[in-house]
Amino acid sequence: MRPTWLICAREFRAYFLTPLGYGLVAALLCLHGLYFNVTLLQGEHSSYEVVQGYFFQSSGFVAAVAVLVTMRAFAEERQTGTAMLLLTAPLPEWQLVLGKFLGAFGFLCVYIALSAYMPLLIMVNGAVTPGHLVAGYVGLLALGAVVTAIGTLTSALSNSQLLAAVLAASIVALLFACWVVAGAVQGVLGEAIAYLDLMLSHYLSFSRGVIKLSTLVYYASLVYLALLAASVALRLRRWGA
Amino acid sequence: MIAAESLSKYYGQRRALDDVSFRIGRGEVVGFLGPNGAGKTTLLKLLSGVSMSHAGDFCIDGYSSRRQPLEVRRRVGFLPDRPPLYDDMRVGAMLRFAAELRGLQGTAVTERVAKVVQQCGLSEVQEDLVRWLSHGYRQRVGIAMAIVHAPALLILDEPINGLDPQQIRQMRELIRTLAQEHTVLLSSHILAEVEHTCDRLLILNRGRLVAQGREANLRQQLRPDGFTLRGQGGVEQAAIVAQSLPGLRDVQVRALDSARFELLACGSLAARSTLVTALVQHNLGVEQLAPRQGGDLEALFLGLTEVPPSTGPGES
Repeated sequence: MRPTWLICAREFRAYFLTPLGYGLVAALLCLHGLYFNVTLLQGEHSSYEVVQGYFFQSSGFVAAVAVLVTMRAFAEERQTGTAMLLLTAPLPEWQLVLGKFLGAFGFLCVYIALSAYMPLLIMVNGAVTPGHLVAGYVGLLALGAVVTAIGTLTSALSNSQLLAAVLAASIVALLFACWVVAGAVQGVLGEAIAYLDLMLSHYLSFSRGVIKLSTLVYYASLVYLALLAASVALRLRRWGA
Repeated sequence: MIAAESLSKYYGQRRALDDVSFRIGRGEVVGFLGPNGAGKTTLLKLLSGVSMSHAGDFCIDGYSSRRQPLEVRRRVGFLPDRPPLYDDMRVGAMLRFAAELRGLQGTAVTERVAKVVQQCGLSEVQEDLVRWLSHGYRQRVGIAMAIVHAPALLILDEPINGLDPQQIRQMRELIRTLAQEHTVLLSSHILAEVEHTCDRLLILNRGRLVAQGREANLRQQLRPDGFTLRGQGGVEQAAIVAQSLPGLRDVQVRALDSARFELLACGSLAARSTLVTALVQHNLGVEQLAPRQGGDLEALFLGLTEVPPSTGPGES
């Protein structure tokens, strides 16, 4: 596991060494704060509604950060030629993938931590239960892990960062909007599609302050499957390289 | 040390490598030659573990690339044509990263990094960011990373590309030094470099290994009946005499000075004897007749790669 942590640490540091990293965080934090201010701090809302709203809109920002951060994971290494260093290392592919995933997820955690001033503001001026915040953050981190894993997968599949980001965004958008399809399909199939929805069927309960074990299991399964697929993709690419 | 058996690799329908087999012994410096698209980089990628062959296998120190790919990668150091460097890291940190990535731990990392820094002449730039380095230093850091885990086999893809003459000389010395500890496989378009550096050649053309061996032996294989004759007299007359004789091929005559000529040709011993007699009959003197040793590596390379093999892989 040591090489995994090595790759993770290198990946995590690299985000702060390029303008993409801190520029991205600064820009999205700015937008996030503005949006929070305009939509939730104006007018009459209960503290519960504001916290719920905060976690709901944070899911979109966290997903955006995860997609933009992970697009570089493997695609950039291929573009700059540094992939050779990783691919010639005596490591199984899953260790490379896990290292990249953890590095990107660590960066995402920094973003989430930096955006925590918003719910803290509500704590100062309103009445928020710590349980609601804990549940919200558990959900946000779990959702972030899913999108990061999907981004890692598309970056492993693609040579282009842009294509990796577009692919990841498309998959995440599809998983965010399963309820639309589910509404048009009757019976068990409709229920199955509705279950796949990341937001309404799963994340919403966290934003309301409820931790659902089934959702955590579902999210963990998606992370596992995406990382497994990324490992397989890297291995298969050796046949075509 | 390295035994490759029937390696083949396809890109779609195109065969990039076709049934390539060779052996390389410990401590050899072997040069890979071939025109663009011959399959050199494909073969180096296979040996370094970046890619997998579609057929065949190779072993390093008895470890199979198919059954024990991690063990094989542990024994290989690879410098691609573009060194895989992170511009935002410092040279020392980059080397430590490469060492740890290849499984070194604790004091072994410090010791090996210190050794390769000294070996590759990187002491002055150890604390510099990689992005500040000149092309020559980038190549050196690339080599240092490739040898930091003390691999048995060192693969260098175009290591002197873009270097100035002084850097080329230093790189040549470095490669020779490395050959004392590693088996070195060197690919280069610069034939003179291969000639200077390598003990043995592997020549690829259109995905096939068309020749392997020492340079002199390859010349002999290519033109086993080639000879050089030096004589006295006019160049034109000597050319007319030689070209009129049956049994001689590839006749070339050039003037050495106003009264002497050199004749290069291929032919049997009987044909050579007939040539000498004919030259004497035409009042031309014969000073020396010897099997062909001359000719540069370029001529050898062109001879082996200009004519496509009749059963070579098709390009689509």
